[in-house]
Formats: sequence, structure tokens, C-alpha cells
Amino acid sequence: MDSLLTVKNLNVSFNTYAGEVKAVRGVSFDLGVKEALAMVGESGCGKTVTSKAVMRLLSRSGGIIKEGSRIEFMGQDILGLSTRELNRIRGSKMSMIFQDSMTSLNPTMTIGNQIMENIFTHEKTTRQKARERAIELLKLVEIPNPETRLKNYPHQLSGGMRQRVMIAIALALNPSLLIADEPTTALDVTIQAQLMDLLRSLKERFSMSVILVTHDLGVVADFADKVQVMYAGTIVERGTVDEIFDSPRHPYTWALLSSIPGRAQESKSKLYSLQGTPPDLLLPLQQCPFAPRCQYCMPICKKAIPKENFLTDTHGVACWLQHPMAPKVTPPAGIGGYDHE
Amino acid sequence: MSKQPLFEIKNLKRYFPAKGGKTVKAVDDVTFDIFPGETFSLVGESGCGKTTCGRTILGVYPKTSGSILYEGEETAKMSKAQLRQFRRRNQMIFQDPYSCLDPRMTIGTIIQEGMNVHFKRTPAQRNEKVTELLFKVGLTADFASRFPHELSGGQRQRIGIARALAMEPDFIVCDEPIAALDVSIQAQVINLMIDLQQEMGLTYLFISHDLSMVRHISDRIGVMYLGSLVELSPTAPLYEKPLHPYTQALFSAIPDVHRGKKEQRIHLQGEIPSPINPPSGCKFSSRCPYAQDRCHEEAPALRELEKDHFVTCHLAAQL
Ligand SMILES: Nc1ncnc2c1ncn2[C@@H]1O[C@H](COP(=O)(O)OP(=O)(O)OP(=O)(O)O)[C@@H](O)[C@H]1O
Ligand SMILES: Nc1ncnc2c1ncn2[C@@H]1O[C@H](COP(=O)(O)OP(=O)(O)O)[C@@H](O)[C@H]1O
Ligand code: SF4
Ligand code: SF4
Ligand SMILES: [Mg+2]
Ligand SMILES: [Mg+2]
Repeated sequence: MDSLLTVKNLNVSFNTYAGEVKAVRGVSFDLGVKEALAMVGESGCGKTVTSKAVMRLLSRSGGIIKEGSRIEFMGQDILGLSTRELNRIRGSKMSMIFQDSMTSLNPTMTIGNQIMENIFTHEKTTRQKARERAIELLKLVEIPNPETRLKNYPHQLSGGMRQRVMIAIALALNPSLLIADEPTTALDVTIQAQLMDLLRSLKERFSMSVILVTHDLGVVADFADKVQVMYAGTIVERGTVDEIFDSPRHPYTWALLSSIPGRAQESKSKLYSLQGTPPDLLLPLQQCPFAPRCQYCMPICKKAIPKENFLTDTHGVACWLQHPMAPKVTPPAGIGGYDHE
Repeated sequence: MSKQPLFEIKNLKRYFPAKGGKTVKAVDDVTFDIFPGETFSLVGESGCGKTTCGRTILGVYPKTSGSILYEGEETAKMSKAQLRQFRRRNQMIFQDPYSCLDPRMTIGTIIQEGMNVHFKRTPAQRNEKVTELLFKVGLTADFASRFPHELSGGQRQRIGIARALAMEPDFIVCDEPIAALDVSIQAQVINLMIDLQQEMGLTYLFISHDLSMVRHISDRIGVMYLGSLVELSPTAPLYEKPLHPYTQALFSAIPDVHRGKKEQRIHLQGEIPSPINPPSGCKFSSRCPYAQDRCHEEAPALRELEKDHFVTCHLAAQL
């Protein structure tokens, strides 16, 4: 598959009062044309920072992309671009939508003007044409009565509709890459299902690639082609959706999958729950980041960081259990395809 | 169920005044029982009246009409002393464990605050009680001297639970208690709630839109739409065979990691109408794929279609 985006050895830090927070630590991945990649993991594991690095949106929050990191998008070196060149790409070739539509939309501007403004920054066109395009976009994201909706301010729309407007703005110029950071987290299941269906059909229609950031594994299973599980700023497991859900190999992935009650699980029985918290990102990494919480932890895990080991072209696992000399362990019951009724 | 219900809620309404002399019918003629020791859950989309229903039952909001019987007694007719007991025995925990913990108080003070009003104890006994409660929710004694901002989300939610338990309640309204937490921490809090229920015989009114967790924790479930109860059932039959068209659509929208069998998703048209101006007849008629003329004119009544399984729909038996 043709690669649209290549991230190599991405390291991102924040200099804080307490010291250097190493939020992303050596992340590498590829995204093909028309592919949907999901990033999952607990709060604070670096999903948003990774996404923002790809968009080069970190400088405002003080994030520093470290020397040696590489991001290539459509053959261009993103990290070497000037602000002008970046602005040309952002919004037109790659767009991002955020979790909280209320804070990312301008409350004092009608949604029509916000969509049109985005079109004007990238294209020389007439007001009339931009307005027609805005209506077309609102239709595309299935907002009823687009002509009247154009005149609405964000607070006059429901959460689900605001999120649709965000998608319309992001799609205005037919980007090749859409990054959606928790696009449905604040919404009800029914609205979430509508939006994910919409994203799926738009992705097909415009041959877009999508990076979806979410902590809802159910959404991932429904939407993504491939998944990367992040922990403490690193990718601990990656694979196709089938590989991750049917034969997960990393104890952290097992933990995430087991904490969701299964259909076959006896009601009110104990749910698996992961004890402890992710490691402090101020500290350097000298062991497996998951070691302090891992029930399979071996002496080697505390001495050296496990390298990513590829079981197939797509399925990578960074865990010492993959070492030929490690004991054989089976994943906890109830996960990985054991739970089909 | 033959037991005497803990709560009998009959035709409960709670309206709020809205702009322009209109009314929001947040809870509109709801009838159900809650039995001692069970977990009764309310599910439904945002704004359908779950929180309002829980708060009205506890008397946090006065009801507009209807009746709430607590152990057979009308709560509105309770004496001052009875009401005091009622307030102690019926507690609430919230979605956002941060906003309801006073940031200037230590955890110890927060836990004690309510209980000191109700129980006469020496300072030593109070501290002992706080330690015991912290232990019960899986924390250590040294948390008593910490402040809320020093705690993680899951730990704060445990404090919320400890504070409720300090009152020695028999009933707790849990309003989206895990919505703000990471999956791994959600499991911790749910395990704790189940343990405490089994240990202390607690009754829960559990409010959540996480339908997988609701399935795991509930004995019986009420599905709400626009202030009304559309379906009421024990957990297993509801998930196996939802009878109301709205419940069917709601459940079909659950994203599922257990991908053995994929059910067809039912698409609902449009968004929920405003509770100021609900559709006439059946409130779901504006979005229901099966709606007929009769549905737009006549509101269906709650009826028992299968044993203990109630539904508010004219056509449910034929669907
Ligand atoms: N502006 C900032 N200054 C300092 N540290 C930051 C900043 N932004 C993020 N971080 C830290 O970087 C790490 C990764 O944050 P990130 O926002 O990528 O997490 P996330 O995986 O998106 O989590 P969530 O699921 O909560 O959105 C966290 O430890 C966070 O505290
Ligand atoms: N204090 C209030 N004043 C006015 N309207 C309210 C108030 N509380 C809730 N409502 C309205 O009542 C309806 C039900 O709200 P709520 O019970 O909070 O729903 P849920 O908990 O199911 O999301 C909503 O339309 C909401 O806007
Ligand atoms: S490397 Fe060791 S500690 Fe880390 S996840 Fe694997 S078994 Fe657990
Ligand atoms: S009464 Fe009619 S409109 Fe209402 S849910 Fe049943 S079929 Fe649908
Ligand atoms: Mg994030
Ligand atoms: Mg609520």
C-alpha cells in the first residue's frame, strides 16, 4: 500500500517547572492511502501529542519535537517546512477535529462564516461560490436545512451537530488525511454511531486516510483497519483490527480488553482491573514502561526495554514475553475472540 | 418479585420553567419500583431526564406531581424527624468527583462533614471511622490528610463513595459515576460498588449511558426517552430481546469489541425533540421507523408484555 504518512522515531517533550516531560518517546508508524488507524491507550499516554505533532500544532502549548524525529507526509518533510508552507498544507491536505467542538468553534461567528473563512484562506473564490460550497458541505455531513443553519451560532446547535460542523470545516478542501481526536467522546451512543457512520462513508467517498484517537475500544473495532496501543509515550502493540482484538499479545492490551465487561461474563462478577498508574513521564525510561503494573513481569523486564518484535508484517509487540526464552503465557479468558456467544 | 419495594414511584412528574412561560417536562409521568438490594438502572440519551428523576426521588428537587413512597410511606408527608432519617439513609454520588469535593478541605474533613451531624462520636471515634471508610473503599489511612487535587480521578470517585457510605445509607443514587474515568479505572470503581453492595446490602439507582457496564451491574433497567419510561425490564430479557423500537435502536448503536456477531444497526432519523415541545401521541413517533397514524394521536400506556417486562408502545407485541 502507498504510504501517505511516515512517522519515524518521534520524540516530543514539554519543559515544565518540574522538569522535562517526555510525552512521546520514539514513536514510529506508517499510514497508507485510505487507511484508518486508531490510537488507543489510557489518558496521558501521548495520543493527542502524537497527533498534534503530525499537524505541527504543538508550539502553542510549548511542545518541542526533538532532534532526530522525522515526519513525512505526501513525500514532504513536515518538520522542515516554513510556517507559510505549513499553513498551506494544514486544513487543505490534512485536517484535525477535536473532542470539544464548543472550544474549537468560534462562539461569536456564525457557522457559515466559519466554514467560508476556512475556504477563503486556501482558495481564491467568490463569496457566492464559498457560500454554495458551505451549503454543500453541511449537506454532506447531513445537517438538515443547511441554508438556515448557516446563520446559526455554535451555541444554537446540539453537541452532535457541532461535531458535524467541525467535520464539514475539516473536509472543506478535501484533505488526504483527517485526524479525529476523540470525536465522539462527549456524545451519546446513538449520536456517536451516526457520526462514526458518517465518517466512514466520507472516508470512502473521498479516499481519505484517517487517524482516530479514542479510548473506546468498541468504536475502534467498528471503524479502524489497524490499531496502535500506546503506553507512556510509546507504542506497545500494533496490528490490524483482527490481530489486536482476536490475538492480542501485550499484557497492557490484555488489560485494556479485559476491563470491558464481556457479553458472556456473569453479571456482577469481578471485572478485571488494572492496578496502579502509568509511569511518571518526567523520569527516563530504563525498563519496560508497563513493568510496575504487569502481572507477568520478569527480571529482564526491569533491566531492559523490550524491542518491538514483529509476528507478521503488521503485528508488532514490544514485550519480553515474545522472547524465545520467555515462559509461555496464555491471555486471560474472555478476551481475544473467546467471547463469541 | 414479591418483596416490599424500597421505593414506589407513581406517575412522577418534574417540570422546570423555561423561557417564554414554557415548561420543560424533564420527568413526565414515570412509574416504577425499586426493590431492596437491587441495582436499578436508568438509561437513555443525554437530556432524557435520568438525573432529574434521581434527584426528585431523593427530594433534591421537589416533585411537580405524582407520588414517591419510601418503605410504603409518602415522602411528601414525612415528619421533620423522618425526613432527617430519609436524608441520611439515601445518598448520592456524582459524575464529576472533583467539582463536588471542596478543594480547601482535607479528605478526612470531607468524609466526616455530613456524618458528624447524624452520629454522636468522640474525635477519636470519628478518626477511626474515617480510617475504616477509607479502608472500605480501598484507600489507606494517610489519605485523610490529603487534598482533593492530589488525587487521581478514580481515587476522588472513591472519596465520593466513602462520603456517601459515612452516612450509613441503604440507598445510593449513582449518577454517571464512571463517565469521567479511564476504562481501567472504571472497572475498579464498578468492582468496588458491587463489593459494597454485596457486603452491606445496598440498593442502587445507577444512571449511566455506558450500556455494557449497565448490563454488567443491573438487576433491572428502565429506558427513558424525553422524560418518559419507554421500557422496564429485568436485565437479561431487555438485552436479549428489547421490545420498544427506541430501545432496539439504542442497543443497536452500542459499539462492540466482541465482534463475533454483528447485528444490523438501526438508524434513527434526526435528533431528540425538545422536552419543551414533545411530539403528540407517542413521544417517539417523530423518529420511530414503525410509527402509524394512531401513534401520532394516542399516547401508549405502559403495559406488561412479558412477565416483569413492560413497554410503552402500541405495536410492541407485533414488531
Ligand atoms: N502543554 C503541556 N505541558 C506539559 N505537559 C503536557 C502538555 N500537553 C501534554 N502534556 C503531557 O504529555 C503527556 C501526553 O499527553 P496527551 O495529551 O498526548 O495524552 P492523551 O493520550 O491524548 O490523553 P487523553 O486520553 O487524556 O486525551 C501527558 O503526560 C500530559 O500531561
Ligand atoms: N435545573 C433545571 N432547570 C431547567 N431545566 C432543567 C434543569 N435540570 C434539567 N433540566 C432539563 O430537563 C431535561 C432532563 O435533564 P436531565 O435530567 O439532566 O437529563 P439526563 O440526566 O438524562 O441527561 C433536560 O431537557 C434538561 O435541560
Ligand atoms: S516486557 Fe515484561 S513487564 Fe513489560 S509487558 Fe512484557 S511481560 Fe510485562
Ligand atoms: S407507539 Fe408507535 S411511534 Fe411509539 S414506539 Fe410504538 S410504534 Fe413507534
Ligand atoms: Mg487526548
Ligand atoms: Mg445527567
